[in-house]
Amino acid sequence: MSLVNLTIDNIKVAVEPGTTILEAARKVGITIPTLCASTELGHTPGACRVCLVEVQGQRGLTASCVFPVWEGMVVRTTTEAVRNARRMVVELLLSNHPAECNYCIRNANCELQKVAEYTGVRELRFAIPTMSKEDAIDESSPSVVRDTRKCINCHRCVTVCAQVQTVSVLTPSFRGSSTTVAPPFDLPLMETNCTGCGQCINVCPVGALYEKDDIDKVWKALQDPTKHVVVQAAPAVRVQLGEEFGMPVGSLVTGKLIAALRKLGFHKVFDTNFTADLTIIEEGNELLKRVKEGGTLPMITSCSPGWIKFCEHFYPDLIPHLSTCKSPQMMFGALAKTYYAEISGIDPKDIVSVSIMPCTAKKFEAQRPEMCSSGFRDVDYVLTTRELGRMIKQAGIEFVGLADEEYDAPMGEYTGAATIFGTTGGVMEAALRTVYAVVTGENLGDLNVTPVRGLEGVKAATLTVGDLGPVSVAVAHGLANARTVLDQIREGKSPYAFIEVMCCAGGCIGGGGAPHPTTNDVRKRRAAGLYKDDGTVQKYRQSHESPSVKKLYEVFLKEPLGHKSHKLLHTHYVNRGTELPHKEKGPAVCKPAKKGAGH
Amino acid sequence: MKAKARNADIDISKEFTPEQLKKVDKIIEKFKDRPGALIPVLEEAQMVLEFLPMPILKIIAGGLNLPLSQVYGVVTFYSFFTMTPRGKYTVRVCLGTACYVRGGKAIYDNIKKELNVEEGETTDDRMFTLETVRCIGACGLGPVIFVNDNVHGRLKPAKIKDVLSKYN
Repeated sequence: MSLVNLTIDNIKVAVEPGTTILEAARKVGITIPTLCASTELGHTPGACRVCLVEVQGQRGLTASCVFPVWEGMVVRTTTEAVRNARRMVVELLLSNHPAECNYCIRNANCELQKVAEYTGVRELRFAIPTMSKEDAIDESSPSVVRDTRKCINCHRCVTVCAQVQTVSVLTPSFRGSSTTVAPPFDLPLMETNCTGCGQCINVCPVGALYEKDDIDKVWKALQDPTKHVVVQAAPAVRVQLGEEFGMPVGSLVTGKLIAALRKLGFHKVFDTNFTADLTIIEEGNELLKRVKEGGTLPMITSCSPGWIKFCEHFYPDLIPHLSTCKSPQMMFGALAKTYYAEISGIDPKDIVSVSIMPCTAKKFEAQRPEMCSSGFRDVDYVLTTRELGRMIKQAGIEFVGLADEEYDAPMGEYTGAATIFGTTGGVMEAALRTVYAVVTGENLGDLNVTPVRGLEGVKAATLTVGDLGPVSVAVAHGLANARTVLDQIREGKSPYAFIEVMCCAGGCIGGGGAPHPTTNDVRKRRAAGLYKDDGTVQKYRQSHESPSVKKLYEVFLKEPLGHKSHKLLHTHYVNRGTELPHKEKGPAVCKPAKKGAGH
Repeated sequence: MKAKARNADIDISKEFTPEQLKKVDKIIEKFKDRPGALIPVLEEAQMVLEFLPMPILKIIAGGLNLPLSQVYGVVTFYSFFTMTPRGKYTVRVCLGTACYVRGGKAIYDNIKKELNVEEGETTDDRMFTLETVRCIGACGLGPVIFVNDNVHGRLKPAKIKDVLSKYN
């Protein structure tokens, strides 16, 4: 098809027909400020009106995000009329936006602030009182907090929730100046089908959606002399945290992360990767058992708590397909207050277990009533990568200048197979490496299983695994893609033996606790950081080679899928259904296990 | 107030007759699998039921295989749809410029007090639904209110009780 020629600010540009003025301008390096448009989401409602431009021959100004180019079009983006109109639009947006910037969670990281700067707003001539805080803030969910006052009605969260995650919790409701984004009937989030994935947070331009902040609870534990505080950090955190301190996107900062955690006062700095390796041993053996004994197949991974809650709501009939393995976070929690307590001689009641996650759904997972295997709350507090970033800033630690440090034994050592859990396809790749080795007694010819890497929505591969013959696997990330493979199972047409599902696009590196912003380019760079850790940094690249995991089986667990594993490392799921409102019980109080009591 | 308008606890088997509910099922059946079915279904269902409380919206969402959020979004967007029952009489208070400067606000406040409802709400006995309008073209009579099709002009707050007592 022939290209369309136009000029923008006297610069000639040729683009595909159907391109919008906004996209054409970006091609030649002209930034038109926007608040609602997100090309990656396919979301251009033309709602915010900040992207106005002048098109010669058109009456009035035009929203460039929804206006397609035509041959010979002449666009001006900086005329007086454009600048005045944009400034007025932003001023009006600010007129009913709480002026809380200094203490807003998105301070210095807010798209509305940025647009106010770009458009040169210097005074606020109109101020409309906002809703009261009590009416506006929904803190019912342990994962996501909504503050309706700050919403600018860009509706990106509605799109990500409905289109990318197919959960459809949020909707624009009412109309005109009364429009708010809310769950149906303004139900508290916790009473809806919300998975807690936090993708809405990642696309929110302002502070209207954010993670439930648990920093103060962690500070309190750290400063309690009677407590022994252990911390685990998830794989994706090591390629995200640097961004909070202005480091290049995807920087691998494992050593600095450990140093910072130690400086914050954590008594032992461990790694979720240790239990990611353990997950592979348990889950790999579970898969082999199901294959050999005719169990439910395909088996689906269970590491991603947003995915689990989604399955419990929308596909409860497929629960038997879920691996019974807990996520690495919860395996770690259960072991911290049993295995670690035992070998360190510390009373588990004095241990506080904290995890650093790229994820908001992990906060919900840690509160699930099933997660009391140690007789205590297995994981006490979950902080997202963003919260850890803030905590490090609060502590006055100069993160970028920190010298690298090493994890503590015995729950810090990990292999490259564990670290790639943080990106889509990683769990599958790690599992294939180990399953192949266990079945054939040999290592995979090439440990890099590239067909399961990358941002394609559903990836599939077939691998011949010794006596098992060809094994077909699939990887899906983002819940809309998960539906594709799940519907195949429902129809009895799934060709796969094993499926990895991650709730968020890109896997955990794109999780709801990630630094702002997360785009596909950012996802790729964070994934590259993890593959670097796997390919060049770690000594071992297969989970079953981890000396610490071997030792754990030797001295504590005895065997994969054994009695202790069953009690501590495996779990069960709940049929939640989709009938609203859900009456969730609050976090259960863990009762110490009675002697001899089973799981 | 709008946040409270959930009507979640309403017992539809008491509120509506089995015939009414059957009609709703038939409406859903008729439009099911047609693109853009939601608005016609809501429209016809409201004709049958007069209002669309939460349990009904759930039935419609389930029947059309749509997220409840989408159904709720549409119902709240169009002023034609209502999630709360309507009164026998709709009282519309004019708050247009002319009525306003001639004391429309005081009339409105007085009616709210008299009926013990806020804008858009219906009295517990389902006699009155209160609404406001911006000018009904009877400025010469201001301040005015409409009760169904009857105009009451040159009102004073003290006369409200008398006016409303005519309707029963």
